Amino acid sequence: MAVKVIIPTPLRVYAAKNDSADISAQTVGEALGKLTVQFGDLRRHLFTDDGKLRSFVNVYLNDEDIRYMAKEATPVKDGDVVSIVPSIAGGGAASLETARA
Amino acid sequence: MATKTQTFSDQPAVTGLSNQEILRYSRHLIMPEVGMEGQLKLKNAKVLLIGTGGLGAPLGLYLAAAGVGKLGLVDFDVVDFTNLQRQVTFGTGDVGKPKSEAARARLSSLNPDIEIHSFETQLNSGNALDLFRGFDIIVDGTDNFPTRYLVNDACILLGKPNVYGSIFRFEGQVTLFGMPDGPCYRCLYPEPPPPGLVPSCAEGGVLGVLPGIVGSIQAMETIKLILGSGDSLVGRLLLFDALGMKFRELKLRKNPDCPMCGQNRTIHQLIDYYEFCGVRGEEAPASNVEVPEITPRELKARLDRGDDLYILDVREPHEYQICNLRGHLLPLGELPRRVHELDSSREIVAHCRSGKRSAEAVDFLRKAGFRKIHNLKGGILAWSDEVDPSVPKY
Repeated sequence: MAVKVIIPTPLRVYAAKNDSADISAQTVGEALGKLTVQFGDLRRHLFTDDGKLRSFVNVYLNDEDIRYMAKEATPVKDGDVVSIVPSIAGGGAASLETARA
Repeated sequence: MATKTQTFSDQPAVTGLSNQEILRYSRHLIMPEVGMEGQLKLKNAKVLLIGTGGLGAPLGLYLAAAGVGKLGLVDFDVVDFTNLQRQVTFGTGDVGKPKSEAARARLSSLNPDIEIHSFETQLNSGNALDLFRGFDIIVDGTDNFPTRYLVNDACILLGKPNVYGSIFRFEGQVTLFGMPDGPCYRCLYPEPPPPGLVPSCAEGGVLGVLPGIVGSIQAMETIKLILGSGDSLVGRLLLFDALGMKFRELKLRKNPDCPMCGQNRTIHQLIDYYEFCGVRGEEAPASNVEVPEITPRELKARLDRGDDLYILDVREPHEYQICNLRGHLLPLGELPRRVHELDSSREIVAHCRSGKRSAEAVDFLRKAGFRKIHNLKGGILAWSDEVDPSVPKY
């Protein structure tokens, strides 16, 4: 199944600046796994060391949160869009540098 | 469905407008969707803005102009030159003034008929509930995770709507939390990202118009909430990509296991949000990394002496264009695969803008076997302060 994975702005730097990737997979988890094979630097931002999806990274299949479907085992079909939606906190009042401080 | 907000019983509701106000709000009054009834709802509304920065600027301007009767402005920060690129409430003459007060002055001149309260304080677990109690709607325009979780939890504890907006570079998120039966921020993101995994300062920055757009959407949602009209963003996360000029919408569900708003709530009071977000003690540059340092003055003296030093600039190419110390550019992110380009027999001084990224670089290189390596303490910022003020700070 050919799906499009949308890479959000904060993670594009780890994905050779791509805003999306076309991937062939049967499930959401497989699509994300292949994405991190293609872009190795993305892996630690999406998965913990033991391979679990990080809790602050939300993944949507089309407009539905996969936590309320079959999570990473959620099956995909041709033309589906998988979105990675990380938390962002900016308000334009400061740089991320100070936001981290 | 949007839920109507309640006005407070301890103050009599305003039941009329002066002729001057009727003229001012004429373009609202002639719209049946607002009319006199809606304008009086606006006049009786009490909205608290958390943050008067990028998001707070359009929020404050539009809500004051629209005639929201009572506006609260919370900000502990002071206006600086780097704010002016996007925080359009402020003028050049406001630099150095407290933001909450500068914003109050600007909004008062825009609309003298409304009540504006400035709170020059850092929102914290000790003052949030008292501050929020005096208002019907809370609008989150802050810039950091601890405050966002604090605003969320305080809103849930008090049962107040939280008009949420956040931005990053050229991407924005907007939704409405804290509505009856609607999700809260913790339903969307149960935990904040650990500080180390937040994209580094190299990827910081924000396109100036973006907070204008996202803050304006928050202002629109606030006004709809007050009027009780239209379809609100409850249960919908609006994503905006300014570069692609695309709006997308995702479903936001209430998490039945949410520790804050779920059936078995485990959080019953405000907590320490800095600890929760793991940012306690992160103030010092790379506090967990101990690396040898050289001060800008020491470096200057050694360069003047003719010492053979290899200056390694670990910033990004676009930063190098702003200013540089004529060092060799090798961005931190590329260091692991380009480490072979460096000569470990030479003495290296690594630097970045503030000294944080270069501390990481020095730590990495030391682990890779480099021994003669120092971090320029305070980076280019300190170099500009202590050695060469002609180098611009950014």
